[in-house]
Amino acid sequence: MGRRFSGIIPRPAHPRTMATAVPTTPALDDLRADFPALDQEVRPGVRLTYLDNAATTLKPWPVIRAVQAFDAEYPANVHRGIHTLSERATEAYESAREKVARFIGAAEVEEVVWTRGTTEAINLIAQSWGRTFLKEGDEIVLSDLEHHANLIPWQMLAKERGVVLRFAEISDDGRLEPEAVERVLSDRTRVVAVTAMSNVLGTVVPLEPIVAMAHDRGAIVVVDGAQGVPHRAIDVGRLPVDFLAFSGHKMCGPTGIGVLYGRRELLEAMPPAWGGGSMVLRVSREGAEWNELPYKFEPGTPPIAQAIGLGAAVDYLSRLDSEAVASHERSLMEYAHRRLAEVGGVRILGPEPEYKGGILGMDVEGVHPHDLAQLLDRHGVAVRAGQHCAMPLHHRLGLPATARASAYLYNTTDDFDRLAEAIADARRLLHDRRPRRPA
Amino acid sequence: MDDAFYREELLDHFDSSPHRGRLEAADLGADLDNPLCGDQIHFEVALDAEDPGRIAAARFDGHGCVISQAAASILAEQVEGRPIAEARALTADHMIQWLGIPLTPARRKCGLLALRTLHRAIDQGTPGAPAGSGSPA
Ligand SMILES: Cc1ncc(COP(=O)(O)O)c(C=O)c1O
Repeated sequence: MGRRFSGIIPRPAHPRTMATAVPTTPALDDLRADFPALDQEVRPGVRLTYLDNAATTLKPWPVIRAVQAFDAEYPANVHRGIHTLSERATEAYESAREKVARFIGAAEVEEVVWTRGTTEAINLIAQSWGRTFLKEGDEIVLSDLEHHANLIPWQMLAKERGVVLRFAEISDDGRLEPEAVERVLSDRTRVVAVTAMSNVLGTVVPLEPIVAMAHDRGAIVVVDGAQGVPHRAIDVGRLPVDFLAFSGHKMCGPTGIGVLYGRRELLEAMPPAWGGGSMVLRVSREGAEWNELPYKFEPGTPPIAQAIGLGAAVDYLSRLDSEAVASHERSLMEYAHRRLAEVGGVRILGPEPEYKGGILGMDVEGVHPHDLAQLLDRHGVAVRAGQHCAMPLHHRLGLPATARASAYLYNTTDDFDRLAEAIADARRLLHDRRPRRPA
Repeated sequence: MDDAFYREELLDHFDSSPHRGRLEAADLGADLDNPLCGDQIHFEVALDAEDPGRIAAARFDGHGCVISQAAASILAEQVEGRPIAEARALTADHMIQWLGIPLTPARRKCGLLALRTLHRAIDQGTPGAPAGSGSPA
């Protein structure tokens, strides 16, 4: 029913089959040269070891070039001009949307709404769908694993509308069992909003049974895909989630662009969250008629270069064999778990490698995470320390803060060797020194 | 070691400070934390019996990174014997100078937590949480 993109972009007849018709599969060890940022010394003589991918990933040349080409060659606004550059920009911009739709297995390209990132996407759901369809006493089920991006928007809604938040508890090793979700479901559950992968522990959440049990209760399922989508964990063609939010910058794309995927019926029923140009069809002094999907949710000039960059990122990732990538990351984690056990004093948080993606949460005895991150940086090893925007999870873990090393396509076992050596060095300095400090 | 960040002196303050602990009887005290990094500081002072406008002794307690804990130790050392008004007038610049290392914006909060806690103790004018009342929050 929706208007196709000014007829410029032909929609693929079978988006899902196209996703599998991958031409070539480059070997993973050849990838490093694609990422210029990898090849640097953070200071003289100290090579970069980048293990902060859960915060943001590095960008490969095709993405950098795509963004640059927009700025250098056709930096025009989209959906407005009739001139050549604007048409070229519109075409590139909308074809990026097509690529993203295919990448996640969306049935229709209109179900892909651009946002600034995961955070904005979830806020959009809460502000538009939530404020329209939820009422006092309705319940939203979240989990202990959630990033603040999938918590605060719901808290704001709960406060405003008298909606009740319920939390599925994790096991001691940081897994979210479907039964834990089942326990907090009720006849009043309207939304189940969970992450696909914990950004602190790496836990992969078993979405399939969770989606089934939520739908049984008539609740919709919102998936925070910020960590899951970059690892191709979700195909909405196979797993019928209702909304999926993710960020371009965690999957080789630029910052400032992200996606809200929503099932058409849901998006159609939702009012716009923001008003402005482009999101309207007809406007009078008194009112306006909303534009079609997805434009209804996209007022103003969008991040055009960034969307095009994300399209290039998706092309890049789609060329890789996702099985190979997944097994690469799993074997890296198995290696890291083994290697760090040799260091001593390192407690790896979260589940065993088989239950998680490429994220390694750590607690190093006698070394505060901030000190650890700073000491690792002296070895050029980039990790993140703190609470990673997941305070309730840290309360659950009983830790004030944690350190996190996170891997992506281009990491190697060497990276984890350097991590292990740097941690051992930090331990020597801060822990093995003199245990003189009074308990 | 290639930089001053974890120099011996700071590490001594961090793990062997003579000012870590509690006073018999504190006159002013407060607790603060950096929720994002989990640093926690309790800071307390006893006033001079002869000259109640002056700090006789200072102690701190808590946990966190080297910078936050070393800063608390240095601050305790620095304020003993000072008039309260002077302690209240201490600024971030004083604290950073005493630490003797450049603080990146991310570490500034750690380095200044103790000073903020001391200021709060003075402003509140109460002894704060008594010793043994659990970990400072
Ligand atoms: C699980 C998870 N959800 C949400 C976010 C927020 O993403 P963004 O900051 O790109 O909006 C992140 C990343 O920081 C994340 O890891």
